[in-house]
Amino acid sequence: MATRKVKIDETIQDFDENLTIIQACELSGIQIPRFCYHEKLSIAGNCRMCLVEVVGGPPKPTASCAMQLKDLRPGPNGQPPQVLTNSEMVKNARKGVMEFLLINHPLDCPICDQGGECDLQDQAMSFGLGKSRYAEDKRTVEDFDLGPLVETHMTRCISCTRCVRFTTEVAGIDQMGQTGRGEDSEIVTYLSHTLDSELQGNIIDLCPVGALTSKPYAFTARPWELQKTETIDVMDGVGSNIRVDSKGNRVMRIMPRENHFVNEEWISDKSRFVWDGIRVQRLDTPFKKINGNFVSISWEDALLLASEKLKNGKTTFVSGDLISTEALYAASKLSEYLGGTKVLGDLETRCPLDGRSVYVGNGKIEDIDNAKNILLLGSNPRKEASVINARIRKAWLTGTAVYRLGLEENLTYDVKEVGYSFFDLQSFLNKMSSKKSFWADTIFLVGYSFLNSKSSDSALNLVRSLVERYKSKFLVLHPNASAVGALDLGYEVVSDVKQKFLGEATTIYNLGCDTLPLNQESFVIYQGSHGDKGAVSADLILPSTCYLEEDGIFVNTEGRGQYARKAIQPPGKAKENWRILRALSERLGFTPSYLDLNGLRSALFKEIPFMSRPGEIIEVPWKKVQKKRELVSKTPLASYVKNYYLSNSICRASETMGKLAKVRNSINFKKAS
Amino acid sequence: MLRRLSTDQPEKFNFTKVNLNWAKAQLKKYPKGRQASAVIPILWRAQEQEGWVSKPAIEFVADFLDMPEVRVLEVATFYFMFHLKPVGSKAHFQVCGTTPCMLRGSEELMNVCKARINEKQHSLSTDGSMSWEEVECLGGCANAPLVQIGSDYFEDLDKSSFEKLIADVEEDKSPVPGSRTGRFSSEPASMTKKYSRKKSSSENASIERFRG
Repeated sequence: MATRKVKIDETIQDFDENLTIIQACELSGIQIPRFCYHEKLSIAGNCRMCLVEVVGGPPKPTASCAMQLKDLRPGPNGQPPQVLTNSEMVKNARKGVMEFLLINHPLDCPICDQGGECDLQDQAMSFGLGKSRYAEDKRTVEDFDLGPLVETHMTRCISCTRCVRFTTEVAGIDQMGQTGRGEDSEIVTYLSHTLDSELQGNIIDLCPVGALTSKPYAFTARPWELQKTETIDVMDGVGSNIRVDSKGNRVMRIMPRENHFVNEEWISDKSRFVWDGIRVQRLDTPFKKINGNFVSISWEDALLLASEKLKNGKTTFVSGDLISTEALYAASKLSEYLGGTKVLGDLETRCPLDGRSVYVGNGKIEDIDNAKNILLLGSNPRKEASVINARIRKAWLTGTAVYRLGLEENLTYDVKEVGYSFFDLQSFLNKMSSKKSFWADTIFLVGYSFLNSKSSDSALNLVRSLVERYKSKFLVLHPNASAVGALDLGYEVVSDVKQKFLGEATTIYNLGCDTLPLNQESFVIYQGSHGDKGAVSADLILPSTCYLEEDGIFVNTEGRGQYARKAIQPPGKAKENWRILRALSERLGFTPSYLDLNGLRSALFKEIPFMSRPGEIIEVPWKKVQKKRELVSKTPLASYVKNYYLSNSICRASETMGKLAKVRNSINFKKAS
Repeated sequence: MLRRLSTDQPEKFNFTKVNLNWAKAQLKKYPKGRQASAVIPILWRAQEQEGWVSKPAIEFVADFLDMPEVRVLEVATFYFMFHLKPVGSKAHFQVCGTTPCMLRGSEELMNVCKARINEKQHSLSTDGSMSWEEVECLGGCANAPLVQIGSDYFEDLDKSSFEKLIADVEEDKSPVPGSRTGRFSSEPASMTKKYSRKKSSSENASIERFRG
């Protein structure tokens, strides 16, 4: 990396010469105003707001986002080039640019949803002229329909083209563009099609003005009224970092937080717009099923009934997909006391997943960035981890090859097909096995469709032996937020054992799993937040909080334990998951060692140290591969298909997700771009 | 000028065999994977074939060059040389309205257009055979005012000669391009008659070649 000495304002510093001026200024702590420039997108250089003065350069301001340091000219005596970010020329230039940008921008801030968090507003205040000299008519632009998520007010558009660049580069859809020229240029989608992406909500954040705003959030709150809670998303296994904005006890919207290791700065539409599902279909009081009808009962009676059922007979605890690790831990302690069993609800594998290096792997999400080859084995990251899919696409754009074993679906990038069955995988591996360099920079992404298939244990062994031999990376893509936490706690996943446990159980304690097959024989206790499939089949319902209503640890697909924080209060008599389990434990004569969440956590960390450091991955030793067998099965991989927008009980309660499922699932994921 | 696709669109678009071969040959000019660079010439050929750029044509070009449709739409709406609405089946008159032509009477020509073709630019005459538009400088200022039809220039026009031109077009008489006052090219108007020096045979040949 060649460095270059550059004088920014009065300080001389060394920078990588490939940086642009705006990046160098950022590094030295100087904020340059900008609209079109965004770190994660290509450079457009069309808003001209980031103008700076280059001393000795052309006698006009320079767009700092589009000028690299290596192109700067040194001073006449070889002094380092100087950039001025606050000179008279720069101030005038900014005033002029602001004036031009505001020429056609309506003065509708009081009725604009962006008001209070608008880049244009803020920068007009900081760098603008203060008044307009423009007396002519303003331009108006027709709005177009982008679907149920993004509202358009195109008259406010300043043509920064961030939305076009995001959808083309990151989301991988070629629908948005800018047509026309000059005053008549407008942002359009081709023939007004609605956007066909599961990352489209991000263009709301990207839009520096109020041209693209959130439809479900429209006109409901002002940013300064919102209480902001930084927490973790549970809609998929990625564990995207989110910020929950609530007003009173209502979640008004969900925004991404930047975390380079996990979600960069994007979140999927499901994570972003699911909040309306939190308000409805809630279980707010305990229910008991009497003659097929649910009757509300008091907590006292509910716990009494539950403890009676748990005391006698065999109990199986079933983990759902949205449940925090603490609750799973409390359940697992109770299960130990009762001599019961515990199973993971969603995974039906034939492969014993013992040890973190098996069910998580040695890879990280960020390893995707540097991999030369990515092998998707029975996984559709577009549906199962949309943000990771954007990351794979980013790698693909820089030349990474992506191989796929499994169903052919459009993933927004080109993939090389390996085949459909383990036999195809075997022949692919045989073909490539001699190429050592191929495997060294390879990351394997293994999905549930792989793990759920027949003879997946030998397949996983084979993959892991390659990883072992060539030091490649290996990562299991868990589509559910609770999966890794449950596996850490030893919840059973092998399907035969699971069936046996569930068959033997006289009582099933269901912690929010909605995919559990019905069993008429056993008594089902459902502890969950939403009245969904799981609750309907229960005999006793214990209402609990959902992920935004309690503190909890969620371990994401790469084994990173992250702390979710409580944003709002639960409705009615719903209680925190771990608290219900603790109360129940006491009724059963088992007093857990902890009294509060902190006590629970320290007990948990003592047993499982993986999640004791929030936001970090604690590496575990690699478990050696025991046996290796040839793969012969020609059966296509089991399909692991969830209705993307309706994959869990909160989504199914959400009106927005329902609309999206209707609009998009018909055309969704089929057509190759 | 706000440019949108026409509401009136044909069913489909296909290159003629000749044009298709030509277009395929164009692709060879560009490195592999960069064929989208050919979008302007290919769109132009499509317009030459049909007279205007229709939605099926845009989609055909997008498919032909393996690029997103909206990128072709962006190009087609950006350049005014691409007509997004149907033009006259016999001729589309492009009247130069820039200063030299305006000083030499192009406004009169536009009045003729309004009277003979359509009050509005980019609109078809009643029988659909003709349309007109005002364009920026055609670069024929020495022979102002002038009108372009397809790739032919009709120069040194005035009201009557332009009306004659329109009438010729209407009657399918294929008018000869060039000056309407007898100039050979852009020599001073007053010199046309004085230019009587005996031409050498080589000069004659080159003029014939030029005309031919």
